[in-house]
Amino acid sequence: MAEFRMPVLGADMKAGELVAWLKQPGEPVQKGEVIAEVETDKAVVEIESMYTGVVEKLLIEKGDKVPVGTPLALIQTEGPEEAPPVSRVEPPPERRARPAGRPPPAPAAAGRLRVSPVAQKLADEKAVDLSKVSGSGPGGRIMVQDVEAAIAAAAATPAAAPAAAPAGRSLRMRQSIAAAMSRSHREIPHFYVESVIDLSRAIAWLSEQNARRPVAQRLIYGALLVKAAAVALEKTPELNAVWAEDHVELKPAVHVGVAVALPGGGLVAPAIHDTDKLPLDELMTRFRDLVRRARAGRLRSSELTDPTITVTSLGEAGAESVFGLIYPPQVALVGFGRLTERPWAVEGRVEVRKVIHASLAGDHRALDGYRGGVYLAELDRLLQEPESL
Amino acid sequence: MKTLTYREAVRSALRDAMNRDPRVFLMGEDVGRYGGAFAVTHGLLAEFGPERIRDTPLMESTFLGAGIGAALNGMRPIVEIMTINFSMLCMDQVLNNAATLRYMSGGQLSVPLVVRMASGGGRQMAAQHSHSLEGWYAHIPGISVLAPATVADACGMLLAAVEEPDPVFIMEHATLYPREGELDETSGAGDIRKAAVRREGRHVSLLTYGACVWKALEAADRLAEKGVEAEVVDLRVLRPLDSETFLSSVAKTRGAVIIEEAWRTGGFAAEISAQIMENVFDLLDWPVQRVCGVEVPAPYAKHMEDASLPQVEDIVAVVEANLV
Amino acid sequence: MTTQPARADTAGETKYQLDLLRQMLLVRRFEERSSDLYQMGNIRGFLHLYIGEEAVAVGAMQAFSPEDAIVSTYREHGHALARGMAATSLMAELYGKVTGCSKGHGGSMHFFDAAKRFYGGYAIVGGGLPVAVGLALADKMLGRERVTACFFGDGAVAEGEFHEALNLAKLWRLPVLFLCENNLYAMGTALAVSHSVTDIALKAQAYDIPGEAVDGMDVLAVEAATRPAAARVRKGGGPELLEFRTYRFRGHSMADPELYRTREEVERWQERDPIPAFVRRLRDLNRLDDAGLARLEESVKQEVEEAVAFAEESPWEALEDLTKDVLTS
Repeated sequence: MAEFRMPVLGADMKAGELVAWLKQPGEPVQKGEVIAEVETDKAVVEIESMYTGVVEKLLIEKGDKVPVGTPLALIQTEGPEEAPPVSRVEPPPERRARPAGRPPPAPAAAGRLRVSPVAQKLADEKAVDLSKVSGSGPGGRIMVQDVEAAIAAAAATPAAAPAAAPAGRSLRMRQSIAAAMSRSHREIPHFYVESVIDLSRAIAWLSEQNARRPVAQRLIYGALLVKAAAVALEKTPELNAVWAEDHVELKPAVHVGVAVALPGGGLVAPAIHDTDKLPLDELMTRFRDLVRRARAGRLRSSELTDPTITVTSLGEAGAESVFGLIYPPQVALVGFGRLTERPWAVEGRVEVRKVIHASLAGDHRALDGYRGGVYLAELDRLLQEPESL
Repeated sequence: MKTLTYREAVRSALRDAMNRDPRVFLMGEDVGRYGGAFAVTHGLLAEFGPERIRDTPLMESTFLGAGIGAALNGMRPIVEIMTINFSMLCMDQVLNNAATLRYMSGGQLSVPLVVRMASGGGRQMAAQHSHSLEGWYAHIPGISVLAPATVADACGMLLAAVEEPDPVFIMEHATLYPREGELDETSGAGDIRKAAVRREGRHVSLLTYGACVWKALEAADRLAEKGVEAEVVDLRVLRPLDSETFLSSVAKTRGAVIIEEAWRTGGFAAEISAQIMENVFDLLDWPVQRVCGVEVPAPYAKHMEDASLPQVEDIVAVVEANLV
Repeated sequence: MTTQPARADTAGETKYQLDLLRQMLLVRRFEERSSDLYQMGNIRGFLHLYIGEEAVAVGAMQAFSPEDAIVSTYREHGHALARGMAATSLMAELYGKVTGCSKGHGGSMHFFDAAKRFYGGYAIVGGGLPVAVGLALADKMLGRERVTACFFGDGAVAEGEFHEALNLAKLWRLPVLFLCENNLYAMGTALAVSHSVTDIALKAQAYDIPGEAVDGMDVLAVEAATRPAAARVRKGGGPELLEFRTYRFRGHSMADPELYRTREEVERWQERDPIPAFVRRLRDLNRLDDAGLARLEESVKQEVEEAVAFAEESPWEALEDLTKDVLTS
């Protein structure tokens, strides 16, 4: 007994509707003879029997719409089956969903936070410190929902209402700094080492350099300090690193964050990229540009998240030494106090020298005090040879 | 080293290829007796004879298809389609035969065919002679698409193309033909897989191909005066695209501007922009920008045509708006 | 109409003609089986059956040697079988299996066999003509005495490529034998609706190419016309055109409801079915009896069933190989 099924009559055909049977049970039918009329999407088609024999039973009626492959009639054939009873064809291999696209390569920049632009925008608006937000996105990227969660968490523990809340940007800045500093104090076990460095040679060298330069291109000693702070890291690379939950990650490139005081109060420390490789002029130019843009509020987010170590300097006014708080996830902070004149022992005599107090704040989870000392010694040595910078 | 024009460089490569390999021959409209519509093949008929420099009737579809057949059967034809605009007449042979015969035959057949065409606008040739459709070709699997921008590449890329087992389409921007440059005549077949950094810079990546490479370089000069160091990447090979080079550039500079003459909507620049987004999203400081052709059939009047195409000022303006 | 050339040895001729019959039967039974398999869903996409036209592919193919090139269309099963491609590899291709002649990449419309110089298999009407011209161009430039046989239908004659190809082949004196299978319909469009001049052989004259109309339902007539034409073309006489007047008994493809022609017309042509006609002729010449015919049918049936079994049991291509044959390197 052969089962005559609804044939595929065209590439797109999925189902057919029976319009009429042209053979009835008991009637003989030849292979190739028209047995019924079927309507498809495109037309009414006569379908031919695939078998020679006698129609035994009709399985569907006029008006029935059935999918391709549905048995329509039983035909009693003579002799062996014309067609193989069942297909021996194995189903083709299953298609698996394609992988989502290759994961993004590790970013070249050091200490850079992975944060989506929309999350960054929200964080800027709400003064959320991204360094304390953990990212739930691919590669640990901070997504909008992470920032929203951080905001919600912060709201759950409200701070005491400030006596007089300064408006807009300043408030957000303050809040941001407060959050960062609190975290730093809370999480990082700080140690401090300090050296007093004789800058006389450096200052003299600078004056000589500047005498030959137009005003707009004169170097300030701060640039020397930043450069020296960067180059000294070569000796103690473990200071150019970030603390990642439970281990240190050394950073290959040195991007010094230079602390810039803002007019309305507050501080930012944007990065000068590859500080150790820059000629002094270039460093100076970049520094000026950063200061200008910092004060105009036009820093790029990358500049704020890229520093691998921060240098803070009190400049002309200010105390003789500064012991600052490290910006997490960095592991070190270099602090320079005011340039002053002090008595200095030189081969048994007392002379007056221009000196500066240089301090290093170190994250004791990542660094040992001894290494901090090595760093400061190297810093001192470099500043005695300013022409090498 | 020799100084010669882009068209002379192409001619030099054609001559070289024909001398080295007797299977190489040229076919196209007016390549012989006329000397070439852009004078590229000038003198080659006298040198190589009518068997190897064949003037075809005006029948792009059949002479490109004949190139396919000849390539299937042991020759190495170089077919010239006068302009990419006319190649619409043979698009069927390109897509449905040249690009697909290898795949359709289950790997039995290869089509070592080279096709050269002039592309692009800027010469007031109006709407049926001025378009840039490189992106349409770069869309098709099974072929390579090259866009030589320099004199050295005009020669070296063609010499390499002739040795490829699969179809290669070389798009020569029409304004480049008279451009002079240096060619090392001993250098032989050049690279046809990698992009080239034509100018290094730290602040922004200008990604482009063909004649726009020179506009990008000029824009980079102007930007340098303002303290912005632009890196210019000449893509050179549109298919297979050398993503590594331009992604590394953008990873370094954090910003990209893609420049092409083709219309902006669905243009090839969109592909590059998508790849940048997919791969170096976290490293971008600002969204990728495109400077493309305006959505208009190429105008005839100079001021209108100029306005419809990317110009140096446009590139500079986009960079300034985002960086400075 | 040309007469058949005299053959020296009748026994040899009998064997030869019985072989022609078997080839036509193989095509017919292969196509009928493919039709069933398509309706059962084992063959997918498009299926363009050659039923009714067998005399053309089988008769013409006798004129070509293994070094010659064959270019066909999407209605190519007959040409492929007559060219000697194994029914197993063709059926496997119809099933989409990796053992198919094109590794399952093309299906019914894209058969290729580099060793047998069978260059496809073109779904774009007229798309193969330029390629045929190029194949012939290479042979001529490389000094090889070969013919490129270019099969195409009456529909292709309307395409620009037909005119371009004849023009260029004549201009450059290329060894292409243009073989038009005029089955009176381009899908559903009749000759008179497509062509201002319906005499296709006559159109060759516009290109100064010899053109001849041939009875495409008579395998010996087809063979008799093609052999000398191929010989002339091979010797460098320039391109020629033959128009075979034939008819397909089934629709354009499996989905064709055949609204554009009458059942009576089909039946009239079926009276000229090339296979029964040749059987009658052979019986008249006492070269075939019932037993002989039964043996041929049985042999063909076995070959077709083996092909189906092979196709059913063959493996599929691995998903990992999806992009493997896009480029040569």
